[in-house]
Amino acid sequence: MGEAESVGLLETKYSRRKFIKGVIAVGATASSAGYFIGGSGLLGAQAVPGAAERLITLTVNGQQRRVDVLPNETLAMTLRYRLNLTGTKLGCDRAECGACTVLIDGVNQYGCSMLTNQVRGSSITTIEGLENPDTGELSPVQQAVIDEGGFQCAFCAPGFIMSMTTMVNENPNPTRAEAAHALSGNLCRCGDYDKILNCAMRAAELARSV
Amino acid sequence: MAEKIIGTDIAPQDLVAKITGRAKYAEDFRADGMVFAKLLLSPMPHARVRGVDATRALAMPGVIDILRADEVRQIEGRPGEASLTDEPLYEGQPILAVAAETEEQAAAAIEAIDIDFEPLPFVLDPLDSLRPNGPNAYTGGNRFGGGEFSELKWTDADFEDIEAGRMPNGEAAVEWTKGDIDSAFSESDLVLEESIVHQSLSHHPMEPRSAMMYWENGKLHAFVSTQSAQRTKYAIAGTLNIDPEDVILVAEYCGGGFGSKISGNTHMEVPAVFSRKINRPVMLRITRYEENYIGRARPGFQSWLKMGFLADGTCNAIDLYIVQESGPFGAGDFNTAGMIADLVYTPQNMRFRGIAMYTNTPPKAAQRGPGGAQIVIMMEPILEKAARELGLDRLEVHLKNAPDADVGFGPRNSTLTSVHAKEALLKGAEIFDWAGKQELSGRVEGSKSTGIGIGLSPYTAGSRGYDGLMVIRPDGKLYIHQGLGNLGTHSIMDTARPAAEILNLNWDQVELVWGDSSQGMPRSSVQAGSQTTHAHSRANHAAGMDARAKVLEVAAQTLGGSPSNYDMDNGRVFRRGGGASMTFAQVAERAIELGGKYDGHELPDNIHATTVPAANILAGQGLMGVARDNYGGSGGVYSWVAGFALVELDRETGVVAIKEYVAVTDCGTVLHPRSLGAQVLGGSVQGMGQAMTQRWVFDPKWGVPFANRLYTARPPGILDVPLDMKVDAVGIADPQTPVGAKGIGEPPVGAGGAALTSAVADAMGGLCLCRTPLTPDIILAELEGLSQPFTLEQHIG
Repeated sequence: MGEAESVGLLETKYSRRKFIKGVIAVGATASSAGYFIGGSGLLGAQAVPGAAERLITLTVNGQQRRVDVLPNETLAMTLRYRLNLTGTKLGCDRAECGACTVLIDGVNQYGCSMLTNQVRGSSITTIEGLENPDTGELSPVQQAVIDEGGFQCAFCAPGFIMSMTTMVNENPNPTRAEAAHALSGNLCRCGDYDKILNCAMRAAELARSV
Repeated sequence: MAEKIIGTDIAPQDLVAKITGRAKYAEDFRADGMVFAKLLLSPMPHARVRGVDATRALAMPGVIDILRADEVRQIEGRPGEASLTDEPLYEGQPILAVAAETEEQAAAAIEAIDIDFEPLPFVLDPLDSLRPNGPNAYTGGNRFGGGEFSELKWTDADFEDIEAGRMPNGEAAVEWTKGDIDSAFSESDLVLEESIVHQSLSHHPMEPRSAMMYWENGKLHAFVSTQSAQRTKYAIAGTLNIDPEDVILVAEYCGGGFGSKISGNTHMEVPAVFSRKINRPVMLRITRYEENYIGRARPGFQSWLKMGFLADGTCNAIDLYIVQESGPFGAGDFNTAGMIADLVYTPQNMRFRGIAMYTNTPPKAAQRGPGGAQIVIMMEPILEKAARELGLDRLEVHLKNAPDADVGFGPRNSTLTSVHAKEALLKGAEIFDWAGKQELSGRVEGSKSTGIGIGLSPYTAGSRGYDGLMVIRPDGKLYIHQGLGNLGTHSIMDTARPAAEILNLNWDQVELVWGDSSQGMPRSSVQAGSQTTHAHSRANHAAGMDARAKVLEVAAQTLGGSPSNYDMDNGRVFRRGGGASMTFAQVAERAIELGGKYDGHELPDNIHATTVPAANILAGQGLMGVARDNYGGSGGVYSWVAGFALVELDRETGVVAIKEYVAVTDCGTVLHPRSLGAQVLGGSVQGMGQAMTQRWVFDPKWGVPFANRLYTARPPGILDVPLDMKVDAVGIADPQTPVGAKGIGEPPVGAGGAALTSAVADAMGGLCLCRTPLTPDIILAELEGLSQPFTLEQHIG
């Protein structure tokens, strides 16, 4: 593509979008607006400033928590920015990585892809809620990770551990392949899967002996 | 007797924090009055901002202020990156930032800013930039030298060569030769010539590069995600042109970097400057979408490679030309690739030519094994083809060509401290059962064919001359201060082990201090180039020796006799053969009484100037061990990984399943076997993603990337890798370093990727599919005999 041609194409594109006068407005910016709540500005979603917050009650790690939330607020944002439960990580905001995995009534779910208002009345468990509240003892899954020296950067670890927690409850005697399937909604960019599977198998072993 | 620490599996000290949610990464910090900043990203790959109207945005609820390019450091007159710019050079480059009380308000304000952009010509494919009349990435030209931009174009004849599949002769930026390639090729029994495409790909660490900062009493408190802590403090101070001691850096955990956060990142400047401007703490939360643009990428190559072989498998000549896709700010991968090609195949006769072209794509940076991973992934299928045509075994060909410790490679005939590549190959072959698996090579069952492959990958693995800093406090414990980052390799913990062993302490008598510059960080290596294990096992060894000598002296001064009359174990120094003794707690108190060098009030003359402020913080707190690594050494430090893969290729779908993988490393003495295994296998998995799954695609018309998220350029998931992978180490100490340990971060990437491309070539019956990534459509096109154009057509369009 020659210089003149490539400029010409751009001018055509942007004039078509009424940017010919050189004014580019809202939607054309590669913005991250609405990323954490609504959806991509590029896909037409609009952020909703000024939407009314509403006080609701959530059950988080066995405690009743009163919290103001926006109607379109994700559970991951509520946990991190309203309840200061920062163990739940945001890796992609978009159901691609699983770093924000929490338990909703015992089932592993992506916290970024669930509206907080959806889970009123459910029991929410985060990584901070796995230790025994009375003794501080680690859960079998957490102990298994210590035993196996699991994870590298560990930004994915809370999500994986929540998925492992569901796994040991639903399938206390998994094969390595079944464990991999149970954890396939979580991404580890360090590629530490071999050790993560060792942790999962050890977790199942510890959970069986409890 | 104190326990053995080096070479044992000990869970890292920070693991409980990591698995309970207590570990704080940058975005987990909060401050009173904290506001949020959002970035406005360029919608065009190259443009000029003619005007900004933020009137509407600034009037919106909660919006505090705007930060423009003229308020941050600009690099004038040469290619260089600013954190905000009025001339974006890639789609997604930040133009400005807005701060508001909530992130949503800031995001909404970004949408309400009107910008007048003047679109400018852009280029995505480096070859397009070399074409006669092709576009340039910069308005001033496509190359920079001697203080100015100029234009470099190849001729029509060069492009006729390229289109005919021949190596072009266009002007290179770098060229070196050794031996005589023309006469060597004439003596070769087999000459293979291939053109190869290796794509660019994003780093995508799990933790995006978020940062929170505020100013308090003239000091900047910076909470960041960075691979290297002490060096990042100085990087921030340099960018802001402030006294480094006015930066309080907090970097306790880093959710991965892989080369993209070596000493922090350019965009850390935004919350630093913005928080000073509005006098509020500023959180800049980076989303995955933004990370794709500003988060760095590995540069791609378009290359021509001619290799000559003798009948016995000896590679006697290599002619290599690399054109690199360098993004707007450049990268050096191609130079390293030439060196690594020479090192792995030791041809004795070699010509390397390379040119790095600026492009209007996301910025490039070192990505784990920069240059080395690309070249071994590209060359291994050619070796597979050569072995096939010569009727030789690939393992034999590798063993014939792999270097020994006397190797000299690259344009300056570089030497190495130790090389055990052949031992790694042989041990890997034994564990993988390479000989026994020969019968599986090319086996066809239904639509599936099996292939086996080898990847041999070296990379730099060490540096010298940094400082160690530690204090035995009156509680009797040894506090080792690490200036390294905590990026997940565990080296921040493991490189402290030599000091504990020198002082005959158990590991639970050692506390590691890291992640907060106000607690004192010695001059450290950047955590890149796999330097850390080598550099800081040495630095901590040196400081440990200093502490040991001082403990003995304090004992002698207190209890009588000479230091040589004393020994130490388990937190106690005692007279040999029985008699008086002191606990380390008593030694620490005595050291404080003695003062001077013992408690850090007098420091060695030869430590780095940047260690002095850290040591001053700790002076008087106990017995100080502080020293520079003066162990010396000659030659480069390189580690090796030999990877072996077995794959199953479905010829109907083009899908490759990796069934088995074995990796064996030569990285000297093993400090921590389990973490070493994780580095080797994890790096190998990243290489598999590089070779097979993470695909970049651009829209050629508008110059914007389509593959801008994790699912569109997907790193391997847990189902994409074998259920059982095996790892081992040669375990031969490097003779030039006191602990014998070399680094390991980088070489596994090339080994994992190259074992895969080699195995796929084998499964395809020797077809040299010389491009990455090997996604099903690319494999199917090859199987169906559709020619693969030597352009980035698979990635642009």
